[in-house]
Amino acid sequence: MAATGGVKALKRRHVVAARLVIAGGLLTLWESLARSGVLYEGVVPQLAVIGRGLAELVAAPPFYANLQATGGEVALALAIGGGAGLLAGLVLGASRFLGRAFEPYLYYLGPTPKIILFPVMIMWFGTGPGSKVAMGAVSCFFPVALGVAAGMRRIDAVLIKVGRSFRADALQMALKIYLPAIRAPVVTSFRLGLGVAIIGVLLAETKLSNRGLGFMVIDAYARFDMPMMYALIIVVFVLAVAMNTGLSRLARERGGPSTPGAMG
Amino acid sequence: MMRALARTLRAAPGLVGLASLAGFILAVEALIRVGAINRYVVPLPSEVGAALPRIVAEEDVVGRFLTTAGEAAAASLLLAAVGIPLGVLLYRWRIVCVAVESWVGAMAAAPLVLVYPLFLVIFGRTALTIVAIGFVAGLAPVILNTLEGLRATRKVLIDMGRSFKLSHAQRFWKIELPSALPSIFTGLRLGLIFALINVVGVEFLINFGGLGQLINDLAERYDLPAMYATIGCVVLVSVLFFMGLERIERWLRPVA
Repeated sequence: MAATGGVKALKRRHVVAARLVIAGGLLTLWESLARSGVLYEGVVPQLAVIGRGLAELVAAPPFYANLQATGGEVALALAIGGGAGLLAGLVLGASRFLGRAFEPYLYYLGPTPKIILFPVMIMWFGTGPGSKVAMGAVSCFFPVALGVAAGMRRIDAVLIKVGRSFRADALQMALKIYLPAIRAPVVTSFRLGLGVAIIGVLLAETKLSNRGLGFMVIDAYARFDMPMMYALIIVVFVLAVAMNTGLSRLARERGGPSTPGAMG
Repeated sequence: MMRALARTLRAAPGLVGLASLAGFILAVEALIRVGAINRYVVPLPSEVGAALPRIVAEEDVVGRFLTTAGEAAAASLLLAAVGIPLGVLLYRWRIVCVAVESWVGAMAAAPLVLVYPLFLVIFGRTALTIVAIGFVAGLAPVILNTLEGLRATRKVLIDMGRSFKLSHAQRFWKIELPSALPSIFTGLRLGLIFALINVVGVEFLINFGGLGQLINDLAERYDLPAMYATIGCVVLVSVLFFMGLERIERWLRPVA
């Protein structure tokens, strides 16, 4: 959000007005498309129908059970994959030699499609939640490891010198110098990791499972319950974006400027 | 003598990395042979290697690769044709940009690929669904990087354009766009990577199309060596693709 010169000159009121106009325009477009009958009936439901679907979704208990299932899988995936990534990033970032030896593999494996590993994960961890957690963990390992390693290398040498000149021991160095210095990159890389973990878990759920939000989406598809599908997609997007925004705020507020683009 | 030593030292980390990879594969092979790893869960690496000619001859990996590449290419063309103009539009239209830039950012953070069942309903189980997902997944980085690049045009250049009394169009084509090109390419590179990831992923999920479908097929047939070999192929193809894009980008970027 680089605030360029003229941006502040635009009055907040005008921005809000522009947002309302754009959002209103898009919704009107949608509604007229829904009523026009150009597309198959039900593919683009009217807004009121989607709204009703949304209300039905959040009013019924199954939604919360599935939300909990997916949430638990994502949390576990983040703990396992993110934890392993953090460890790998710390080791690779601390040693120039190890970084050069192994980081290229992580760097180039990072942007490969992880979901194709799902059949392997099913074989290893079964058809239950285990394989979904594994998918999420594999997905989020890479951005976390790469982001943390890059963060380690970007620590200001002056900070380390300050620690040394105060004769800080290893523990003090870790707690007082390294940890605060890599806080922002760690939070940022976990934010990226969370995003891909959510994707990994949800896609795995759509492929083969009997619970979770991903399962609900594919189940709505199988029943051709379009309002429900739209409602689910909206809810998932809102949740994912909210978590992402929360984490990026955390990185910016307390850790100084967030490090851009851990993925390169 | 010294120079040879220096060269060896510089290559050492890379060699260690390669050696570890080879060692890992050998260790897996050994562990399976002694029975520590179940060979019905993880096939022997040597069997996976031996399956390579088979997937080329019997499963038409090359043809499937071309299908996947074609879908990714179609999505990329759409990305360039729609994403870059949208970025330019936001750059020129200040108020809209301020209003929706954070929306585009939010779009980048949403798990967009989850809309694939929706696209299945709209486009059916066709290549169109796959291309559409690739397009949607890659759109945000293309828009945002185009915008970012245009914004970062150095003021000196714009002022120079003014002093030459260039028209708006001339200023755009001669100054702003060329100066934004490296950043636009960064956006395209990210967009292409997202498109490729999602194209293969959706092929696998909806069991249609190229390499992704083949993996699904082989998994359903429980042909483990061939499945692992195909996964290896996909990883290799994406890594090569990624490296190639990076090379082009480095070549495009002006020397600072």
